[in-house]
Amino acid sequence: MSDFLGIHGTALALREQRLQLLSANLANADTPGFKAQDLDFTSALQSALQPNAAAGDAIDAASQGARYQRPSSQPSVDGNTVDGEREHALFAQAALEYRASMTFVESKVRGMLTAITGQ
Amino acid sequence: MSNLPIFDVAGSAMNAQSVRLSTIASNLANADSVAGNPDEVYRAKQPVFRAEGVPGDASLAGVNVVEVRESTDAPLKRYEPGHPLADAQGYVYAPAVDPVAQMVDLISASRSYQANVEVFNSAKELALSTLQMGR
Repeated sequence: MSDFLGIHGTALALREQRLQLLSANLANADTPGFKAQDLDFTSALQSALQPNAAAGDAIDAASQGARYQRPSSQPSVDGNTVDGEREHALFAQAALEYRASMTFVESKVRGMLTAITGQ
Repeated sequence: MSNLPIFDVAGSAMNAQSVRLSTIASNLANADSVAGNPDEVYRAKQPVFRAEGVPGDASLAGVNVVEVRESTDAPLKRYEPGHPLADAQGYVYAPAVDPVAQMVDLISASRSYQANVEVFNSAKELALSTLQMGR
């Protein structure tokens, strides 16, 4: 099934992981000492698509490996590095990218359904 | 809920911000609650937030209110001999609550709450359209 979806299935799962990280950043916008995290999507996708990667763990392993702490442009005194507005913009963008990936997966599924039913 | 950790994360943040809103409301409401004894005066409360892993994924940080700390600021001493609660010297004691600072905190807390509601709604929308896939 993952072969059939190609790159899009993996991309969708990784985009969800990125959304999770960004939502954690927004949630902790007022937590002292919290460091904003982000996912380097390109490297995560590359390592998840390695041919020797195990099917189920590949996405988790790839997303863990590609996490990094994003420095703040305006660090606050309490050590928190979350930029509220920037985080908002990134979350909106990531949600849109998730939708894009989902559209690709969906069109694959539709194509397969058409092939199965012949209608 | 561990399949959809965004809801846990945003939910924990909304919970934490609502605790913050409650303490601010309590502080503002009691800003004028005077007492005749400095030990009985209302003390301003402030929640302490800490990032904590959500049940499904320990590396994903939600927010937890570790404690609600009471201010140690000395109460304000006011000379009001006509006040029914005044002590023998004619003083009453008011809590050291700065209403302006509390209002600023209130705005910050409600903005953060709104931000997390937005995250929650976006995540819900995405999850719903994922469920609708192929229909």
